[in-house]
Amino acid sequence: VSSLVDLVVNNPLLLAEAALNGLLLGGVLALLALGLNLIFGVLDVVWIVYVDLVTLCMYLVYFLVQVYGWPLLLGGLAGIALGVLLGIGVHLLVITPILNSPPVNQLLATGGLLFFIQSLATFLWTTDHRTVRLNLPTLEIGGMFVSFARLVAFALAVLVMLGLYLFLTRTYIGTAIRAVSQDRGAMALMGANPQRVYVVTSAVGGALAGVAAALLIIQYSVHPYFGAAFGPITFMICVLGGLGNMLGAFVASFILSEIISIGGVAWSTEMGYVIAFALFIVLMFIRPGGIFARRQ
Amino acid sequence: VSRVAGLVLLALAAAAPLVPMGGMREYVLHVIIQIFVWSFIGNAWSLMGRFGLVSLGHGAFLGVGAYTTTLLWNFYGLTPWVGMLVAMAAAVVLAVVVAYPCSRFGIVGHYFALVTLAVGEVVRLLIIAERDWTGGSLGVTLRAAGDASLVALQYADKRVFYYGSLGVWLLGLYVWHRIDRSMARAAMEAIGEDETAAASVGIHVSRFKLAITAVSAALTALGGVLYAQYIAYVNPETLAGVGVSLRIVFAVVLGGMYSLLGPTVGTALTIALSEYLRITFGVHLIGMAETIYGLVLVVFIIFLPAGIYGSVRDLLTRRRPSPARAAA
Repeated sequence: VSSLVDLVVNNPLLLAEAALNGLLLGGVLALLALGLNLIFGVLDVVWIVYVDLVTLCMYLVYFLVQVYGWPLLLGGLAGIALGVLLGIGVHLLVITPILNSPPVNQLLATGGLLFFIQSLATFLWTTDHRTVRLNLPTLEIGGMFVSFARLVAFALAVLVMLGLYLFLTRTYIGTAIRAVSQDRGAMALMGANPQRVYVVTSAVGGALAGVAAALLIIQYSVHPYFGAAFGPITFMICVLGGLGNMLGAFVASFILSEIISIGGVAWSTEMGYVIAFALFIVLMFIRPGGIFARRQ
Repeated sequence: VSRVAGLVLLALAAAAPLVPMGGMREYVLHVIIQIFVWSFIGNAWSLMGRFGLVSLGHGAFLGVGAYTTTLLWNFYGLTPWVGMLVAMAAAVVLAVVVAYPCSRFGIVGHYFALVTLAVGEVVRLLIIAERDWTGGSLGVTLRAAGDASLVALQYADKRVFYYGSLGVWLLGLYVWHRIDRSMARAAMEAIGEDETAAASVGIHVSRFKLAITAVSAALTALGGVLYAQYIAYVNPETLAGVGVSLRIVFAVVLGGMYSLLGPTVGTALTIALSEYLRITFGVHLIGMAETIYGLVLVVFIIFLPAGIYGSVRDLLTRRRPSPARAAA
């Protein structure tokens, strides 16, 4: 605690910079949480492998842009296309056969897939960190430095979130997705085809993984354990925000990212994560429905 | 018949180090010790897993166990014989601190898995953060106490650890068997199916869950201690966090978590496979072993949730699957 007080009193600029970086990290986390929240939160299917799918898309964008010289926009679109394919593939090959077994089995099966992707990536591309080199400017605001790439990612995360919200509430298929998440059986009884809804949702979730990948590759280097680094925290955001609650996940991203960022400056990066995880565990106990849930 | 077969196998296991294997002995013993230790740990995990308490944070108990004894020995010269009791107690405390609120607030299924996953990460990150005395992500080497020391529980001779890990593995099987034959099993199966229904017929849900979690945590910590003493080096990546936690789960699921020897079969297969690939392809195929068993695992969860051993046994004995198995 003393080091936090020390930071507030003696180095307010450092604290402000940490807070600002936390805000931008929050944008990244929110972006990662969007697709997962659609699949895990709305559809209630556990894809523990989600961030590793993002990793695969990041590899694709990296190779297309950095190695083959594609423009970033085109590479990003290819990443989104791969995300769609991966999303549909995971649903049809892994989830469909065990859709009606306990969620823990979905978690374990996609966990096997996670192992598969991580080790295949290690095998194919080694553990090297790969970065797309772009000369993006760094902005200076009142003596603090902010990466432009992060600002763009942040803005896009907000836009995509709004789009997703409108998609779920204003479109026919969005309504169907919410209906299937409420009662699978009833959906079928009404004469609708739940499988189609699942496939569409998985495709959209995969596309969001591609969007996240395209925006992340310009600020992070990709390596086989990228998914391991961001996976747990992304899941925690979805749970904390209240499953399927897009706004909740958005707020949760920023709460956790501020803790990580300020804790990282006050103590160490690891301690920042420790506090964030500990907070998650405690909040799970006192507010299992997420931070915005009404108490039953 | 199975008792006789068991005794014969046990006699073979006891005699194994005496078989002349030339230069291969050290290596063969090393692999078998690994199998015993990780089977024991997998067995400890399956005590909870078979009743639907799927923990993805057993690395936490492993890490608490291994680091407690190692640090107590390195800094205070406390013998691991006492250290392992402290370690097991610490793991039980951690387990209760996590499991009590989980049980109290009805956190089950995949939510329970996510909470335990966070706990595993917290322990791993704490070990890295406290790098001044834990060595951070570089790990810590056990302070050497000569060639052979009973006090320090360090032996250069692998045969000592062979018999030690064989004994611990048998202990794990014994505990599993005792629980399998007790009222606790019936109670836990009922709880695993429907907590409210179980409580309504007078089963003390929290008490049974806490007890089984505490036993599982204590045994896992013991496994961590044994592993640390044998390897004489501890590292947060191999002993805590998501990676090792998932590895334990996978080996058990592969073998079958509803049967006595399932975890052992699964662990033996995964270790044998990775050793085989390592020897055949050398370092060129780093990651290949995991790639294969990641894929095998997906197939197993989908088609053979009772695991290899469980399925084969069911096929041979033609028993109807137990309710717990049918549910999984």
